[in-house]
Amino acid sequence: METYILLGFVLILSIYLGLELISKVPSTLHTPLMSGANAISGIALVGALLLSVDNQLQTVLAFLAVTFASINVFGGYLVTNRMLKMFKKK
Amino acid sequence: MDISILQNIVYIISSILFISGIKMLGKEDTAVKGNFLSALAMLVAVLVTFINVTNPLILIVGIGLGALVGSLIALKVKMTSIPEMVALFNGFGGLATFLIAWSEYASGVNIPIFQYALILITIYIGGVTFSGSLVAYGKLAEKINIAKTSFVTKLFTTIFYISLIFLFASFVPAFVNLLGANFFSVFLVLILLAGIGFVLPIGGGDMPVVISLLNSFSGIAAALAGLLLLNNVLIVAGSLVGASGLILTIIMAKAMNRSISNILFVGYASSSTTKGSEEQGEVNPINVADAFLILENASSVLIVPGYGMAVAQAQHVVRELGELLEENGTEVKYGIHPVAGRMPGHMNVLLAEANVSYDVLAEPEDVNPTMDSVDVAVVIGANDVVNPSATEEPGSPIYGMPIIEVHNAKTVFVLKRSMSSGFAGVQNPLFFKQNTRMLFGDAKESIGGVVAEFKD
Repeated sequence: METYILLGFVLILSIYLGLELISKVPSTLHTPLMSGANAISGIALVGALLLSVDNQLQTVLAFLAVTFASINVFGGYLVTNRMLKMFKKK
Repeated sequence: MDISILQNIVYIISSILFISGIKMLGKEDTAVKGNFLSALAMLVAVLVTFINVTNPLILIVGIGLGALVGSLIALKVKMTSIPEMVALFNGFGGLATFLIAWSEYASGVNIPIFQYALILITIYIGGVTFSGSLVAYGKLAEKINIAKTSFVTKLFTTIFYISLIFLFASFVPAFVNLLGANFFSVFLVLILLAGIGFVLPIGGGDMPVVISLLNSFSGIAAALAGLLLLNNVLIVAGSLVGASGLILTIIMAKAMNRSISNILFVGYASSSTTKGSEEQGEVNPINVADAFLILENASSVLIVPGYGMAVAQAQHVVRELGELLEENGTEVKYGIHPVAGRMPGHMNVLLAEANVSYDVLAEPEDVNPTMDSVDVAVVIGANDVVNPSATEEPGSPIYGMPIIEVHNAKTVFVLKRSMSSGFAGVQNPLFFKQNTRMLFGDAKESIGGVVAEFKD
């Protein structure tokens, strides 16, 4: 239980940090920010790698979780990069 | 040294990279680098996790497959399809956390109550994010078109509410015992249907809010999965995404002057007794040749794009018009409303794709004070975001919404296909104003016509 409380602290502080860091984002960057953040949510990939694979069901679940999280990660970062490269200032 | 200590140290480094990355992603000059840093953070976190993976081969195949599919979609997609693609990727992230929590449920025999609650909530948010994002994808790609008032929509909305009750009931042992072995399968199916019911009733114009909110959900689900797996980097990265999605959701809701719950659960149609302005009067149509003559003599022009520009794929020809006007000595600016289009910043992306410099893109509060010095405001496929009812008619459903006040410009051109009202279903008095000229037809063709006149 103590571990959960400690991790709960990390959770709350990270959300506050996130709110502070991104509160003044210019509207030009709304889409890239969303897409970039979306790629970060692919961090579920790390979680998927940690899953135990003792039986068949778990192996299938882990495989699917890794695959879909990877689509999220690779697709997300590449499309964000593609989008940001288009933003130019004369 | 213990491997788990090494992993935790690398997770801290990864968290720092994520934090700096997302911070830099919020500024124009550093955004590309920020995205790179966050990708680097992801890479080191994944690599160090791999050290003690028990069954690496099958997982490497999974990553390879995901990398292939993700990269193909990302590199092939057209910029106009970005909103639906972001929704799709977002859904996959949600699905991953859904599967993670499912696996945790399947691995435990006597799960302590706190962990049990965490598992169910993670599954719930992850599942709703997944199926909700798929519906958002379908709506944005215009593959799903089901009316808010239809039976199907009402059915799924009801399932959504039932699923919420089910979630709370799941903490009552008697209820779980009642369903016995079927409990978990019922739960899974109900959640996936609930996600459909969550997004289905939300209309096209409210999509920017929903898509931001789903983005936030996918982050929160990842953070909860981190809590479940006792993994710091998941918690930090997930929370950052949750926060950024939340901020965008709030920005979008503010730009529509509506509360988030009103957008999600009420919608325009039932939130107001639509009276609107009864008097309509005459509209003044104009043709391309006359529009050209007026634009040629204008010294300042403000272009206000909306979803119609995206539909007509008119961004390239708009940029061409802007350049020709500038060569002619006209000052050209673009007025971008935060909720124009189908996702946050939609217009900015389209114009960037067409090579419009981002420093001529202005927000409503920048252009409104000097609107009376604008000779011609050109409204391309935007409607509700330039509706003067928002400032003039207290009874209007959109009253109070910040708009781009083009009606204060000397002349307004409105490019529109027909006289239909906007998403909000509110008639737009702008069309009947003395200084408004309607240029009916396809936006791309109309502007193309003006461009051709300039070149002659």
